[in-house]
Amino acid sequence: MSHDGTTSRPDIERPESVYFFGTCLVDLFYPEAGMAGMELLKAQGVRVVFPQGQSCCGQPAYNSGYREEALKVARAQLDYFPGDWPIVVPSGSCAGMMSKHWPDLFKGEPDEARARQVASRVWELTQFLVQVLKVKFEDQGPPVKITWHASCHAQREMGVTDEPKALLRQLANVELVELQREKECCGFGGTFAVRHPEISAAMVGDKVADIENTGAKAVVSGDCGCLMNISGALEGGKKPVRGVHIAQFLKERTHG
Amino acid sequence: MSESRNAILGKLRAGRDAHPLTPPESDFAVLRNKRWDGAERLERIKRMMEAVHTEFLETTEADWPADVQAFLKAQGTRNLLFGPATEAGARLSTEWAASGMAGGPELIPYADRVETFKERLFDGIDAGITTTLGAIADTGSLIVWPTPEEPRLMSLVPHMHLALLRADALYDTFWQAMTENRWADGMPTNALLISGPSKTADIEQTLAYGVHGPKRLVVVIVR
Amino acid sequence: MGETSINFAKASSAALQDQQLRGNFRRAMDGLMSKRAVQFADTAEWNGVRTLGASVRLRALSKLPELLEKLEANCTKNGIQVHWASTTDEANAIVLSIMQRVNAKLVVKGKSMVSEEMHLNAFLEKHGIESLESDLGEYIVQLDEAMPSHIIMPAIHMNTKQIAHLFKQKIKEAEYTEDVAQLTDLARRVLRKKFATADVGISGVNMAVAETGTLCLVENEGNGRMSTTVPPVHIAVMGLEKVVEKLEDVPPVISLLTRSATAQPITTYVNMISSPRKEGEKDGPNEIHLVILDNGRSGIYADEELRNTLRCIRCGACMNHCPVYTKVGGHAYQAPYPGPIGSILMPQVEGLEKRGELPHACTMCNACVEICPVKIPIVEIMGRLRSEAVHPGDAVRGAGSHASKAEAMVWKGWSMTYASPLAYQFATALLAKLGNAAPASLPLLKEWTNVRAKPRFANRTLHALAREKGIPDV
Ligand code: SF4
Repeated sequence: MSHDGTTSRPDIERPESVYFFGTCLVDLFYPEAGMAGMELLKAQGVRVVFPQGQSCCGQPAYNSGYREEALKVARAQLDYFPGDWPIVVPSGSCAGMMSKHWPDLFKGEPDEARARQVASRVWELTQFLVQVLKVKFEDQGPPVKITWHASCHAQREMGVTDEPKALLRQLANVELVELQREKECCGFGGTFAVRHPEISAAMVGDKVADIENTGAKAVVSGDCGCLMNISGALEGGKKPVRGVHIAQFLKERTHG
Repeated sequence: MSESRNAILGKLRAGRDAHPLTPPESDFAVLRNKRWDGAERLERIKRMMEAVHTEFLETTEADWPADVQAFLKAQGTRNLLFGPATEAGARLSTEWAASGMAGGPELIPYADRVETFKERLFDGIDAGITTTLGAIADTGSLIVWPTPEEPRLMSLVPHMHLALLRADALYDTFWQAMTENRWADGMPTNALLISGPSKTADIEQTLAYGVHGPKRLVVVIVR
Repeated sequence: MGETSINFAKASSAALQDQQLRGNFRRAMDGLMSKRAVQFADTAEWNGVRTLGASVRLRALSKLPELLEKLEANCTKNGIQVHWASTTDEANAIVLSIMQRVNAKLVVKGKSMVSEEMHLNAFLEKHGIESLESDLGEYIVQLDEAMPSHIIMPAIHMNTKQIAHLFKQKIKEAEYTEDVAQLTDLARRVLRKKFATADVGISGVNMAVAETGTLCLVENEGNGRMSTTVPPVHIAVMGLEKVVEKLEDVPPVISLLTRSATAQPITTYVNMISSPRKEGEKDGPNEIHLVILDNGRSGIYADEELRNTLRCIRCGACMNHCPVYTKVGGHAYQAPYPGPIGSILMPQVEGLEKRGELPHACTMCNACVEICPVKIPIVEIMGRLRSEAVHPGDAVRGAGSHASKAEAMVWKGWSMTYASPLAYQFATALLAKLGNAAPASLPLLKEWTNVRAKPRFANRTLHALAREKGIPDV
């Protein structure tokens, strides 16, 4: 359920092929999460295309107030998703940027219709796995206790709230302990983390304390921005908890 | 200051006309469809109001003046501010006079303009009694329209407010009460919803009752 | 940045050091959030009333000039005198002239955010008029010579102990006590005398009904009723957006307001005032004045997107749910309206030179948007203001005032790189190779590594891995 009360998006038929939009953070910092995402899709018998021309959804500039620059980068993506296939994104934040903000960003531009068309095909990875592919996972890992951090944009822009937890709950040996403030922002906020380092530090500090209280060995999340922030803080504070992207975690548990 | 008036309205008009706005329809169904059946209404009102420290006194049309008198005497209330020109007020004064109860509260009429007895009102009155126009199940609220006979401060300044509620004057929601009774055709000087005794949570979110208005609200349910 | 720019970062830094303060806010906001969730547990009902409330506010905005005229006409017919003020100075002058005409010495005030916006207390004091806040929270803050830290709970930044000390220090007859009931009772005794003797009562307005010329006020304490009933003159101040079209529009908005604000199904009092004391009535003020304040609102109204800011019903829920507000508290914003609504409203009212930092006091998490009872796209407006701050334009005062050549160059370079597959892949490959050699003392990295380990670039990008694993390109 998203914030304006709309339930998850209308169903689509299971496609033969999908595009994978890796996102710039995954590209540089978490490529193994990106690969895991593609492999999860492939394991469901879906053909995955990774357009090599892709780079970034434009969000960093957009949120900093540089819309023209964001537009330029967003526009550069449009050429790389020509087929009428879903575009799967391993990040609620980038998916939200594309599906919710591109229509505004391109408003009045000659390629507005095209951008809207591309935007309408964007799916957040876990939402796609649950709603379209209806995956069933079999856990092959040892018992472990984990917790889940909900990305703000996945829950509030993409309406993804229960899907990732439903996936994690399919894993028989995984005990999911929910955070006390699961929905609260970790304090990343893109440039916010460097513009307001102290507030951001206080926020991630609360998040880390919440994580520690669960006694979990790992915190799983669906967004690399959050992960970079939370695992950076866990590591900086020498906490023995690992931060891991949900795609990578699912892959590890199900493919040995 | 009509200069500002015209400037402001002119700016607003220009701004709106440049970018008119089409609002969505207002669908009041969510309020229209809130319904409770007869018995449930009163139960709900009691439950909600008790949750915010309202007290209830159950009585009947025949007995309420005597019951109120007995209740106040038991509370040690020294006096009761009342509206002598209302029907309820008339019953109070005749029946209390006739009852001959010793040591009961004194009746004080709100008979004159507040300026004539402000000091006493603020400093020497324990309780005030008013009628109500009914109550609302949705939120647990009394509807009170002060009148010349039952002025505004009666339900505000005395430490205890007693409110007479007819058990059959119940509404489901505020919206239903105001639309059914066509309030929009003529609003009184002051219309109130009262849902409990005065309260505050301004000190560390700790609830405390009786901050400026009545410390106690006693709803007298008349069947 | 202009000289007058308000420094949010500095103030928030001080607030973050104050563990007591942080504890006070964390506890209070956690409690408010969970209580509110209970009020709106019925999702269908929440969606229905929220959609209705938003439509009421939008309908009012769609006819704003006409409704204000109608409000004026109906108030006038009812005997309420209507005044218009373009600026806060003008509003203060109107209030003062009424006071001087009736020779007022003492004013009691019900809670009013617009009067905070006007800095009315300080203004009146300057003219020798004692202006006393009567809402308990406002009273505490006034005793403390501070500003409210929340629009609904002005003293939420203080705990009982702090208030106990304050009362002991500032109120003559006070005995030291940490008993909340006793503290409350003390304020009751002090303020009762003031209500009885005040010359003028001032209040805000939660909603004004054009159809009937009615002013609606919601409150729990009874001080609002006191201020609007006991003194011989009542002055109500309102922002011009507070009008609604019909009387029947009031219930849904009140329901959203009280449940969102303090998780109450309704406040103790809903006070609807439609006229001064009439012939034969025994109490109530002889005069009521309504001051309608613009203070930049008509400018906000002119912009199709920014206009949505004016839907706000001032419930404060966005504050309670804001992770930034929860950390730094209300004072860091140095504004009458803190938190998300303040971060979008203040820059529009006071200009971006002064308030350009506020739209960045936000991680864009959308927690406020999720719960705003009238569906204000707060975060979209935040983004729009960030853009306005660095681009000269005419929608918001001070647009372009935060433009920095260096920053603009960075984004320009970024967009050139990221819009060209070749340049992008070259740059990312380079970062994968060399990025980890960057010292943690570099700007940005330094801020990041304050409490975090340095982010590690992977040694091969996803693009490279995908090629290696034979994932097809388009
Ligand atoms: S912006 Fe929305 S949530 Fe915030 S105070 Fe206004 S109405 Fe309430």
